Amino acid sequence: MKIRTLEQLKALQGELRAARDHKPCVRVCGGTGCRARGSEEVLARFTTLLQEAGLAEAVDLRFTGCHGLCERGPLVSLAPEGIFYQGVEADDVRAIVMETLARGVVIERLLAQDPVTGKRVRREQEIPFYRRQHRLVLRFNGVIDPTDIREYIAFGGYHALGMVLTRLTPDEVIEIIERSGLRGRGGAGFPTGKKWRLARAAPGSRKYVICNGDEGDPGAFMDRSVLEGNPHSVIEGMIIGAYAVGAAQGIIYVREEYPLAVRTLEIALAQARDYGFLGEEIFGSAFSFDMEIVRGAGAFVAGEETALIAAVEGKVSEPRQRPPYPVHRGVWGHPTVINNVETWANVPVIIERGPEWFASLGTATSKGTKIFSLVGKVANTGLVEIPMGMTLRELIEEIGGGAPPPREIKAVQIGGPSGGCLPKTLFDLPIDYESLTEAGAMMGSGGLIVMDDRTCMVDVARYFMDFLRDESCGKCLPCREGTNRMYELLTAICEGRATESDLELLEELAQVVRETSLCGLGQTAPNPVLTTLRYFRSEYEAHIRERRCPAGVCKALIRYVINAERCTGCLACLSPCPQQAIRGQLKQPHVIDQERCIKCGICHEVCQFEAVEIV
Amino acid sequence: MRHLPRSLSIRSRRDRMTRLYINGIEVDLEEGTTLLEAVEHLGIEIPTLCFHPGLSAYGACRLCVVELGDGRLVSACTYPVQEGLQVRTHSPRVLRARRMLIELLLSICPGSKRLQDLAAEHQVERVRFSVRDERCILCGLCVRMCAEQMMAHAIGFVNRGYRRRITTPFDLTSDVCRRCGGCLYICPVCELRCQGPEAPSVVCGSCMTPAPTCPPVYEDLACYMGAAGECGTCVRGPRTPDRRSPDFTRRRESV
Amino acid sequence: MREVEAIIERYGAKRRHVIAILQDIQTQFHYLPREALLEVAARVRIPLIDLYSIATFYNCFSLVPRGEHVIRVCLGTACHLKGGTRLVEALERELGVREGEMTPDGQFSFETVRCVGACALAPLVLIDGRYYPKMKQRKLTQVLARLRRARPPAEVTQ
Repeated sequence: MKIRTLEQLKALQGELRAARDHKPCVRVCGGTGCRARGSEEVLARFTTLLQEAGLAEAVDLRFTGCHGLCERGPLVSLAPEGIFYQGVEADDVRAIVMETLARGVVIERLLAQDPVTGKRVRREQEIPFYRRQHRLVLRFNGVIDPTDIREYIAFGGYHALGMVLTRLTPDEVIEIIERSGLRGRGGAGFPTGKKWRLARAAPGSRKYVICNGDEGDPGAFMDRSVLEGNPHSVIEGMIIGAYAVGAAQGIIYVREEYPLAVRTLEIALAQARDYGFLGEEIFGSAFSFDMEIVRGAGAFVAGEETALIAAVEGKVSEPRQRPPYPVHRGVWGHPTVINNVETWANVPVIIERGPEWFASLGTATSKGTKIFSLVGKVANTGLVEIPMGMTLRELIEEIGGGAPPPREIKAVQIGGPSGGCLPKTLFDLPIDYESLTEAGAMMGSGGLIVMDDRTCMVDVARYFMDFLRDESCGKCLPCREGTNRMYELLTAICEGRATESDLELLEELAQVVRETSLCGLGQTAPNPVLTTLRYFRSEYEAHIRERRCPAGVCKALIRYVINAERCTGCLACLSPCPQQAIRGQLKQPHVIDQERCIKCGICHEVCQFEAVEIV
Repeated sequence: MRHLPRSLSIRSRRDRMTRLYINGIEVDLEEGTTLLEAVEHLGIEIPTLCFHPGLSAYGACRLCVVELGDGRLVSACTYPVQEGLQVRTHSPRVLRARRMLIELLLSICPGSKRLQDLAAEHQVERVRFSVRDERCILCGLCVRMCAEQMMAHAIGFVNRGYRRRITTPFDLTSDVCRRCGGCLYICPVCELRCQGPEAPSVVCGSCMTPAPTCPPVYEDLACYMGAAGECGTCVRGPRTPDRRSPDFTRRRESV
Repeated sequence: MREVEAIIERYGAKRRHVIAILQDIQTQFHYLPREALLEVAARVRIPLIDLYSIATFYNCFSLVPRGEHVIRVCLGTACHLKGGTRLVEALERELGVREGEMTPDGQFSFETVRCVGACALAPLVLIDGRYYPKMKQRKLTQVLARLRRARPPAEVTQ
């Protein structure tokens, strides 16, 4: 059924709400993390058992997008009470159906625990992980079924689009976005309203809007979760943007490593067409628009906008120098607006709640919220959305729960391979574009990797350089050769072969790569090196001057030894050793033959008594 | 996309002219002119490697970088003139960048006379990186020559990043290569030329000769170019997957 | 090749569709056979070298057949920090091949990927598309052993 007027939409919304409001609903998280832990079986078990218990009509069952607290999955939440269960296994489902749904009894052991008091916490909003967040773009993740457009409509979806097409001119839409202060969420933070205005003014009758879903930063899965959990928010945002700039065609570029996101989008697009939100004369206006999905083929550099354009055109993802900028000459030479997934998803919210409301969140220069994937050496890893301006400390310690003792947090890496590592002395920095850039890092797309005292910062720099030299498109000399040579130098440092002059060379090279590379990949490639040198120079110096790795990571500079006092002589480490390097008798302390040891770490993994030490 | 050199007439239509400042010198140029053309128009020399006026500009070697007023370094061969642009062609940062780029190039291709000349011009006296001794700096001129001038599309880039190299599809002898020698001719670093019986010559005119004399002499090679060295197009059979070209002198001796 | 023809028809023989066409060929055959590339180049009328460039540029394409079981070790940042490299080394030892290669018996292909987006479960290994969260070297050995045992006796004579 095609929705042609705002009244029709509101009527439909009313119907849908009447049917579902106050109806108990079980929401099983279908995000990748929870699926990998078996949430599909949990869902299947609910289907069967609800049927068995005669509750299938009375209770709604939804498989939702990523709910965020991936560390504790599979997650199941129950509406309307808001009971939040974590670590739910298939075998727990019977109890949930029989106790909680049928009799209202809460199962304590499936509840979250307050880390300080140890008390069980019943509701999502009470859990520290969620309490400090401001879930705006993610508000429907964990709530709606992303494969059913009616869910999105029931919660007010496409209302913003209806208002735009029936009451606002394109210029008015652009003005709203400008007033909101929305900045690109892909990393660079370019003002979105300005970009749209430039595209609108660009000469040319054919224009395009593109969604950059090539989330390539390792450790980042924000865009994936939005595309899989609430695809219509992106679609609606793009239609509004297309109207504003005058585009009739849209493209969603999704990396091929996200097949679920592609499938979810395909379903969403088909449904949007069915309802008339895509196609001819949307909402009875003169505006017609449709979009297609283009899959990435596996290249980090394709996230760079000119490289993305090349990929869409069917070529290798080689960037080109700008100007001309895509807003003037983009895909096939036409003016093109390229925005990140999260940026598009913010648009309907801004239209609906108003730009002033949006601008009231965040800081003076960085408005709104930002989604981060908080991962690494922190207790609560997962997906979080916070208002701009929150400090790193608050995010890492209060939402993330800090590091599980006895480890201590040392640094946080922000912005992926283009970003930088900030030490814990800077954790009182507010999270906004300017503060992070000044400190030498970058907001990036939202990947936040927490590192502890067992993380070697030189190894981290080397890891990123290995990534970048592989992902470099290879076109320009400084990036292609420079990242490779920086990797060589970092390897030499990690292997204890480097000298002071190597360090100087590394810094000199890093500067030139930054200044002369053709595109953002090369220009930001030195950031991990430069920030770790700036804040963790002592680790580099230890590697070079003392041939020592303070964090105990770099294989060439560490040894595995068995602490004779802790060793119980249980023989457990002998046979798993691939080199047969451990000798010992039952009840006698074992010894590792250093000549044979390849430092694979299996003995360390296997030992139950923490007798294997890294020195 | 081929970029044709624009006329630098200053007396053209006023509304398509832009005024910019190069090393402090004010100059009016037509829209669409590149900074490289602008700089050369003023008689200022900046080094280039991957640029050739007869082929599209690629902006890959970055040797022609110049400093803009906002501090960015951009390749002059691909940057269009803009109203009010401030350009410096020999600022300290530019010179430092060029020196490092040349040092990187020398570490790949130490035997190239062209690169050694560049090094001398820019006072690059040492190479602090481990030397790889290869034949190719991946400037792409041969690829563009083959595609744009000869329209043969016999060679191109394969792989990505530090594994990138130039070769034929599947590393096999090309059946669209016309043995014109254009790739050898345009290559800025290799000095390979025909070493056949009619040497010395820049390029053997074999492509214009219905019956070239060289192949019968160099029987085990698909074409006379193979005798002179390796550009990847003309060797019979699959190449080694290693990025390096087989040794130039060794090939010569085997013939 | 009929399947290739069908795939080209699905999208249209235009340059802008070549990547999607190649992706479907990759999915169908588990690699890009040379004949398929030749056919696509001819039908879409783009130089073979351009297609070959694309096939070698992007990670998702393989020009050589993949093994019966495809093992992917995630080397995203979180996985790296939590021991992903150790898993790669363990696989190299167990399988006797380097990453990106296939075992001589064709049973295992092993590659690394840069982040599958399940960072809370680091370190992650995917085997035939199935996720193995919080992997350990010993567990990996066990899974490989299980897969090896499950293989019926080889009937192919070389």
